[in-house]
Amino acid sequence: MIERNARRKLVNKAMLALTAVCTVLTVAVLFLILGFLVWNGGRSLDWNFFTRLPMPAGESGGGMANAILGSGITILIAVLIGVPIGFAGGIYLAEFGGTTLPFLVRYTADLLNGVPSIVIGIFAWTIVVVPMHRFSAWAGGFALSMMMVPIGLRSTEQFLRAVPNSLREGALALGASKTRTVLTVVVPAAKQGILTGLILGVARIAGETAPLLFTSLNNQFWSQKLNEPIATLPLMIYTHAISPYEDWHRQAWAAGLVLLALVLVANIAARWILARGVSAQRG
Amino acid sequence: MAGIAVIAAPPPSTPRDFLRRLKSGDQIAHLVTLIFAASVFLVTLLLVYELWIHSGASRAKFGLGFLFSSTWDPIAEKFGALPFIYGTVLTSFLALLISVPLGVGAAIFLAELAPARLSNACTFLVELLAAVPSVIFGLLAMFTLVPLLREYGEPFLKNTLGFLPLFQGPAYGVGYLAAGLILAIMTFPFIISISREALLAVPREQREAALALGATKWESTWQVVVPHARLGIIGSIFLALARALGETMAVTMVIGNDPGIHASLLSPGYTIAAVIANEFTEANGDVYQSALVELGLVLFFLTMIINAAARLLILLTTRKGAKQA
Repeated sequence: MIERNARRKLVNKAMLALTAVCTVLTVAVLFLILGFLVWNGGRSLDWNFFTRLPMPAGESGGGMANAILGSGITILIAVLIGVPIGFAGGIYLAEFGGTTLPFLVRYTADLLNGVPSIVIGIFAWTIVVVPMHRFSAWAGGFALSMMMVPIGLRSTEQFLRAVPNSLREGALALGASKTRTVLTVVVPAAKQGILTGLILGVARIAGETAPLLFTSLNNQFWSQKLNEPIATLPLMIYTHAISPYEDWHRQAWAAGLVLLALVLVANIAARWILARGVSAQRG
Repeated sequence: MAGIAVIAAPPPSTPRDFLRRLKSGDQIAHLVTLIFAASVFLVTLLLVYELWIHSGASRAKFGLGFLFSSTWDPIAEKFGALPFIYGTVLTSFLALLISVPLGVGAAIFLAELAPARLSNACTFLVELLAAVPSVIFGLLAMFTLVPLLREYGEPFLKNTLGFLPLFQGPAYGVGYLAAGLILAIMTFPFIISISREALLAVPREQREAALALGATKWESTWQVVVPHARLGIIGSIFLALARALGETMAVTMVIGNDPGIHASLLSPGYTIAAVIANEFTEANGDVYQSALVELGLVLFFLTMIINAAARLLILLTTRKGAKQA
């Protein structure tokens, strides 16, 4: 009996220690990734990266200024398409919805959220590239907006629902119409959450590569128009990484570091805004 | 859709009544937001429709045989999805084999043992990991994981387990094993953060009852708490599986691009997402292009089914937790 208890205690300690090891391993991966990127990217990053165009294959130097601007443009297009749909749709789900349509919309939004990004790329290709007969910034922006809509929709709905009903009743009792109540009372009360959803949505699409492969394609030069192929940062990382040139690998690391920094800062900022909002509401 | 529009804006009884309502703007706001919300539903339907239409040439030519043929010959215009389905399922399975024990172990530590501050800090870091773009995982895998596997990992596996058909053939570095490993790293954040939520939702009394009966901490966790949260944990695994199946960039960069079916994990292979990423812009000819779109359709249905199962399971646990709390 004593022996059995000793064994049970031993198993207890061993298994609990093992779970701690799992945690250390998983958390360490993040630091390994950060470390590798800062080490390799930091060596390669210079001012030229932000101001110059990519050099032709095989020549050293140059930068990715066109890809940085291109990423900004495609993300802006995605925001302009995706945010109104996500925001207005979220208001409908939280404030106006009946029973059947909200269920369908929620279900399909979750479905859309789970669609692999490469399939979103095919969809944007069939909708935008095929009728236009050309790859374009529009197609890339449309593909990214499709990834953003479900995030915006569900986060808007979620944060509007978290607004206490007493606020709505108060506004309605003062004689405000429903629309006015929603726009001037409910939405402002949930603005931190909605902003967080927007930032997280942008952070997610900023790193997406697969939907851009055959929508916005790539471009070694500045794009003059939005109906031309356009360079983006994630796609540049991909094409440079799989190329055989040493100097392009260096550029890929630099681009990776810039992209990761942007995405992580956006994520941390979103959490900070949310945390501050919660404490402000409590206080 | 017409039926819903009617519910949204019921025909006004008199013109004056209609004007009054318009003035208040509520009907308009209702209708406008409804249109935006409905567009999400319509766009998703459109997605399925477009995939279906654009894969028409391939579906007409190969029928169901597309799923079971292992020929992929763009020149002869003969296409079969089997090598890609095999590669997708094999790499995802490998990924789960590594990430499930690791992820569930870490979730147990974070939910049951770690002090709240440490637990929250670690969860925050793990969730940041989930936000890292997949192309960056691919970049790291190409320049760190693949050389390591080629020089040390795969020769070691061949020397120790080489008698198994799983670990034979030359060590290229790229292949099923590299893809599985990078997918494991990409999926465990999901398993950890959702499993931890499920474990935290288990009522405190369950733990106390087990401990009061003389169970050790581990026995109470493994025999009482984990089974109680099992639906949520399984749900998180399904969600991770759906992610792994659809993952494109990181896998494309390390899979090795070989459209064959190989038993050896060290061999280069291909996945559905990777072949679409690599060949879509180069595909000439209707049949080639529509075969790639049909692969996209297969991937869509595969992930849709897994995702639906995941959501159902997660919903069931959180409901159960809420009821008992």
